Amino acid sequence: MQFDFKAKELTVKLVYYGPALSGKTTNLQAIHRLVSPESSGRLMTLDTRDDRTLFFDLLPLSFQTSGGVQIRVKLFTVPGQVIHNATRRLVLQGSDGVAFIADSQRTETKANQVAFVNMRENLLENGLDAERFPVVIQFNKRDMPDVRSDEELDRMAQRGREPVFKAVAVRGVGVMETFYGLLELTWRALEAEHHLAEKFGIDPETFFREVRTRVGHGEGP
Amino acid sequence: MSVEVPQSTSKLALAEVARLEDVVDRDALAEVCRSFHGLFGLSIRVYSREGSLLADVHTEQALCQYVNTLGLGRIACSQTVAQVKRIDPSEGPILHPCFTGAVYRVVPIEYQGRRVGRFVVGPYLPAEVKEVPRSLLVIDPNIDAERARTDLAGLPRVRAETADRISTHLRGILDLLLFSSHKAYLTSEMHIASVRESFRELAEKNVRLETAYEKLKELDRLKSNFLATVSHELRTPLTSIIGYSEMLESGIAGEIVGEQLEFIQIIREKGEHLLALITSLLDLGKLEQGALRLEREVVDVRSMLSDVQKTFVPRAQKRGVRLEIMVEQGTGPMSADIVRMRQVMFNLVENAVKFSPDNGIITLFARTVEMLDESSDAGAVLMAETHPAVEISVRDQGAGMDSQELPKIFDAFYQVDNSSTRQHGGAGLGLSIVKRIVEAHGGSITVASAKGEGTVFTFTVPEPDAA
Repeated sequence: MQFDFKAKELTVKLVYYGPALSGKTTNLQAIHRLVSPESSGRLMTLDTRDDRTLFFDLLPLSFQTSGGVQIRVKLFTVPGQVIHNATRRLVLQGSDGVAFIADSQRTETKANQVAFVNMRENLLENGLDAERFPVVIQFNKRDMPDVRSDEELDRMAQRGREPVFKAVAVRGVGVMETFYGLLELTWRALEAEHHLAEKFGIDPETFFREVRTRVGHGEGP
Repeated sequence: MSVEVPQSTSKLALAEVARLEDVVDRDALAEVCRSFHGLFGLSIRVYSREGSLLADVHTEQALCQYVNTLGLGRIACSQTVAQVKRIDPSEGPILHPCFTGAVYRVVPIEYQGRRVGRFVVGPYLPAEVKEVPRSLLVIDPNIDAERARTDLAGLPRVRAETADRISTHLRGILDLLLFSSHKAYLTSEMHIASVRESFRELAEKNVRLETAYEKLKELDRLKSNFLATVSHELRTPLTSIIGYSEMLESGIAGEIVGEQLEFIQIIREKGEHLLALITSLLDLGKLEQGALRLEREVVDVRSMLSDVQKTFVPRAQKRGVRLEIMVEQGTGPMSADIVRMRQVMFNLVENAVKFSPDNGIITLFARTVEMLDESSDAGAVLMAETHPAVEISVRDQGAGMDSQELPKIFDAFYQVDNSSTRQHGGAGLGLSIVKRIVEAHGGSITVASAKGEGTVFTFTVPEPDAA
């Protein structure tokens, strides 16, 4: 996170991580479609080949709180393919929270696990505490055949500490919930560390309400 | 290990626009401004947030030229221009009036929710200004009102909503220009950072590999030392065991009868076997450390081969194996350490006997050849020198070996097949020692074999002056 006290501006970096082809870019595209145009910048895609991300995608969102603080949220994706680990590590630098986009298909279980372990390694390499770092998990592609059932996911989700969301990113289903979930989790972690309520006068609960109304046309969870 | 952090990391981490002047291409910017100027006849200047002028396309207006010829007019003009330059339009576009009645429009350039610069359009005359304003007429006592009126009419005239549309349009184009420039900027920064990161990763791996390699080398050295020390320490008590067995056997300590003698003989034989093995280990250790000293002398090849043949005949005959010697006409004597050469031949012939089928033939063949030195550089075909050498080969009719086994058989302790060790004995040291002795003589050894077609070991020993 970056503060600019003079400009009353606060920048939060959120990263969409996950195995290759799990739908990270699709999540950002859906968010770009779903948020209000005035709060969203252009979706920037850095270098793609055959529709595969080589460097990263970037979607900047910004809005003003009622207290007059400019909140800038930068959403990044990482390249999922195994060979781009150096790039993934670079993108993860200075991030405040991660949405791990998993592919719900049973055949992708192993790929999800490998990517998750890789994410934790890269967090550590970047000097971030993987144990306390804000992470939410999205099970994407819920509309595909041969996926784990909702009950199964719910049961497994109870065992972990990360909030779990289900999504069909191509149709925009569950995408905003994941984003809000990640932003809230990240904000709470930042609040605990930097006392944003005290310094910027931003009350978390008010903030979460405002995010929903100002960024996302007001639709709630 | 420390991570070398590129300087622009924080900018890169958040993908921020560093500064307008860093990302935007000035030529492209100037071109856009020129095109606007051409379309609307309005002067345009683009400033970065810090106030650097990035593009400036303007036409000097006749009125401005005239005002600047007047002393007080010039002062008022430069004051206005300075004010316009300082304007920071934090809340949106600002209209700044000039005493001439014209205006400057200062518009913020925003990117990703952040002000990165501003552009100034004007001076132009708002459409609603009909009269020459008083502020112009009183600016200097020497002003010519008629000239001022004419020149004022020459200023471009723009309606408020048109000015609005023009600046919105320019903002849109600048935004696009910024977006593409930012994208190109990030791509190249990311490219450099990725390459650097990959390089760092590789460098770390190299360090780890090098450490592992050094450790292995050290282990190898320790192994050799260990072998040498242990062999030496083993030999001392073993000499006593063999010595005392011999004394017992010869009856010095009293008469030995029946099975006692047989048992003592077994102790002595096994002791000697063990001693031979330990000696091999010591030899290997010495050869590995390059500490072997050769006592070269002139050796007659035929008589050396006959000696070897005689030694093995009893053992070979038990299984009907024949040992044949073929020495080509004109094969000269060789210069070698005779003890070590015998060791080489014993090892090779012993193996041949061991692996020969019953009633097989073993051929010991010798000739003089031209040996090429081992240079394999460019032009070796021209540069390589040849010198005479004696070549000796030992051929058997045994089971032979797989071609993939061949490169490994000269490694110490290597056994082609453990079952053959159980059948024939041996520690897998013989060939390793043979190779090292031959190499110590400046020669080389090769093996040719195929499953079921026997094996040929061939080694060369060059004349010493050439070696």
